[in-house]
Amino acid sequence: MHDHSKSSPLKSYFAVWGALLLGTFLTYEAALIDLGRFNAAVALLIATTKALLVALFFMHLKNASEKLLKLVVASTIFFLILLLALSMFDYGTRSFS
Amino acid sequence: MSDSQAAVQSHDGLHNPALLHHFADEGQQRDASSLGMWIFLATEVMFFGGLFCAYLIYRRLYFGDFGAASASIDAKLGGTNTAVLICSSLTVVLAIWAAQTARRSLMILMLIFTMLFGVAFLGIKGIEYKDKFEEHHVPGVSFSFANVPIPGHPDQYANPQHAQIFFALYFIMTGLHALHMVVGLGIFTWLLWMAWKGRFTPRYHTPLEIGGLYWHFVDIVWIYLFPLLYLIDRHP
Amino acid sequence: MATATVPSVERENYLNKHYGVGSWLLTTDHKRIALLYLISITFFFFIGGFFALLIRLELLTPASDLVQADTYNKLFTMHGQVMVFFFLIPSIPAVLGNFLIPLMVGAKDLAFPRINLLSWYLYIIAGIMMVHCMLTGGIDTGWTFYTPFSTAFSNTKVIEAGLAIFVSGFSSILTGLNFVVTIHRMRAPGMTWSRLPLFVWAHYATSIIQILGTPVIAITLVLVVAERALHLGIFDPKLGGDPLLFQHLFWFYSHPAVYIMILPSMGVVTEVIACFSRKRIFGYTFVALSSIAIAVFGFLVWAHHMFVAGISVYAALIFSLLSYSVAVPSAVKVFNWTATLYKGSIHYDAPMLYAFGFLGLFTMGGLTGLFLAALGVDVHVTDTYFVIAHFHYIMVGGALMGYMGGMHFWWPKITGKLYPEGWARLAALIVFIGFNLTFFPQFVLGYLGMPRRYADYSHMPEFQVLNVLSTAGSTVLAVGYLLPMIYFLWSMRYGKPASDNPWNAAGLEWKTQSPPTTFNFEEEPVVTWEAYNYDEIDKGRKEEVQVVG
Repeated sequence: MHDHSKSSPLKSYFAVWGALLLGTFLTYEAALIDLGRFNAAVALLIATTKALLVALFFMHLKNASEKLLKLVVASTIFFLILLLALSMFDYGTRSFS
Repeated sequence: MSDSQAAVQSHDGLHNPALLHHFADEGQQRDASSLGMWIFLATEVMFFGGLFCAYLIYRRLYFGDFGAASASIDAKLGGTNTAVLICSSLTVVLAIWAAQTARRSLMILMLIFTMLFGVAFLGIKGIEYKDKFEEHHVPGVSFSFANVPIPGHPDQYANPQHAQIFFALYFIMTGLHALHMVVGLGIFTWLLWMAWKGRFTPRYHTPLEIGGLYWHFVDIVWIYLFPLLYLIDRHP
Repeated sequence: MATATVPSVERENYLNKHYGVGSWLLTTDHKRIALLYLISITFFFFIGGFFALLIRLELLTPASDLVQADTYNKLFTMHGQVMVFFFLIPSIPAVLGNFLIPLMVGAKDLAFPRINLLSWYLYIIAGIMMVHCMLTGGIDTGWTFYTPFSTAFSNTKVIEAGLAIFVSGFSSILTGLNFVVTIHRMRAPGMTWSRLPLFVWAHYATSIIQILGTPVIAITLVLVVAERALHLGIFDPKLGGDPLLFQHLFWFYSHPAVYIMILPSMGVVTEVIACFSRKRIFGYTFVALSSIAIAVFGFLVWAHHMFVAGISVYAALIFSLLSYSVAVPSAVKVFNWTATLYKGSIHYDAPMLYAFGFLGLFTMGGLTGLFLAALGVDVHVTDTYFVIAHFHYIMVGGALMGYMGGMHFWWPKITGKLYPEGWARLAALIVFIGFNLTFFPQFVLGYLGMPRRYADYSHMPEFQVLNVLSTAGSTVLAVGYLLPMIYFLWSMRYGKPASDNPWNAAGLEWKTQSPPTTFNFEEEPVVTWEAYNYDEIDKGRKEEVQVVG
């Protein structure tokens, strides 16, 4: 059974919507600034924040009554990062061989 | 006919006709459907994940060439599309809220808006693809990317082969995403029809919830695609 | 509990409830879907076996005299693809898992019965595409589809085969999804996680791999198809691409895939060993968690297939180390099975013979995996028959033996008939002998340097003796597989009717009738006992006998 907070969820939905649009604007603006190596990191950080907002609030992950759904999401992200990290490790260390 | 169909027809009205007979109660069915959709989304994350893996590896290897290629796609259109999808995710949660609070007209209106946003997204995508087609940036026999300077290195030209890899991944990733949008529109057409028929109540609107989960996922994929594809090396 | 009583009149069950092709092709009953799968995968097993036979015939002589090299390439490719994607990966989950998991957790069906049927139809569509591909020229890239040969140079039906496997992957994903949701949401009251049969734990772990791994090979095949059709350069070095990227993506799934193939078999072996030693499995928690550990660690080791392909030495080091770690949970299981046997009351029925075969052969296969995980040894034996012997020990000596053991163990439940025990024991023995005769020489061949995927070894004629031994063994093995085909079919018509629990086994599935009714249980079971309560079961039977006698 979904545990809906008794206070209107509408406020949080509009707040998240606003944050997402702001994040999009920030992503675009940050890309126009020279941050060197950190451009990618900033972009991904903002994107991840946006994704978390969507998942936690729009997809109701935050209110999920049991931990199972969060475990599903966490495990999936873990294995995706595994794929990305270990293959990039190969490419990243080839020049040293 | 199957046993479950016969059983349903024999005692309609005792419970929600959408309850399937191998479930003990509606709560179990809803929890099962929800878990099922989340697990399906996990498979979708890994499906797109393979593409992200290929993309990230080549972006690192050919950063300059990818930067040049990325500079040729329209970041304003991409940003607009991001905003469009964000709005569509809002209308989805509003539709579900409307179902929870028995606001049938609002629910239907929000579903329609969601679909309009989806169509707008595809329309803008279509414009972008048309531009790429006209500039000969579609991989294949007529691909051409000659004499395009690498951002930040005006004396160096991008390697066309590496740029072609960028565009191959661009079209495959955004194309696969667009395909998921089309499927999403199909799902929401069905949800709209069900809503119109009055099938959703505050007690039962599970298809809306799980359809919404799918739509939000498609939004999240685009949230990552936008900065990765459009904003590689944009600073002056 | 009904044990020895056998009904004289055939009761209504899932087999005789409805008749007609439509009632089978449109069924949502997990038990009927399991049988649909059984027929389909057996069909593909014989196709894969047919290719194996041709391979072994060709290798009787050093020269490439039975078939040309191009044809030989197609033979080993299609043997691998059919056996991996159309037999081994579905086998136990789609047949035994589908049939038993709802019964074992106390449910009426899986969570999504219609998706279960869809899963079978996807498998059939993929199978039709694959058969069509084979009949119209086949493919010669190796089951591994390495680029750029598969994308730019092969003149065979790579796109069709790639799409066939893509579709079959979705069949696999849906099965895994169904199992996970069923195990989480549909357990009967009292069926806690620690009371679940370890067969269920094994399938849970398998399903995790199916869910997380299969999509990656799906997208990889999409890329291969796109590259081949549109002449892209994602994997083609001439166009700026890297063939190793394909290998990374391919093996990210295909290594965990081997755990999809072995974990269910381990689940079967656990059930069989417990039943035929009349003992609770030693270290239930360790066995349960080791299944999950195998699933997780299995995702960490994929590049051990690429040690000599050109990855960096540092990556090779990491993957070698991780590959050693994945052996640990497997070894935990072997120790626990052995400890279960210790001081057990051993019965040598056919399922147990297959379990014993599994124990020895899986151990050998697993240990030789450690040989391969060692970088220095791998450089010497990679791409030789050593690797082939290693994975056949696990896939055939392990997974397939577990499948056969499971089919024998649950045959009375599935069909309501008993298979002929004498013939079954003989077949198990023939399989064991034939298997070792086929594949042990291949370890030696590989170590001596015979490369895999070669039709012609006439520059090394000294390998002929071992090859002849291997081919001779394969004919014995074939007999061992044909026998059960015959007596299982025979038993469906002429076999003795089975009681509800002919083995006096523990587990909810044995509390239903043989064969079960369509909805499995007359009333929803309420579980109040621990798993593998053989001491209680046997005590109860002794008391029954004492009362009667």
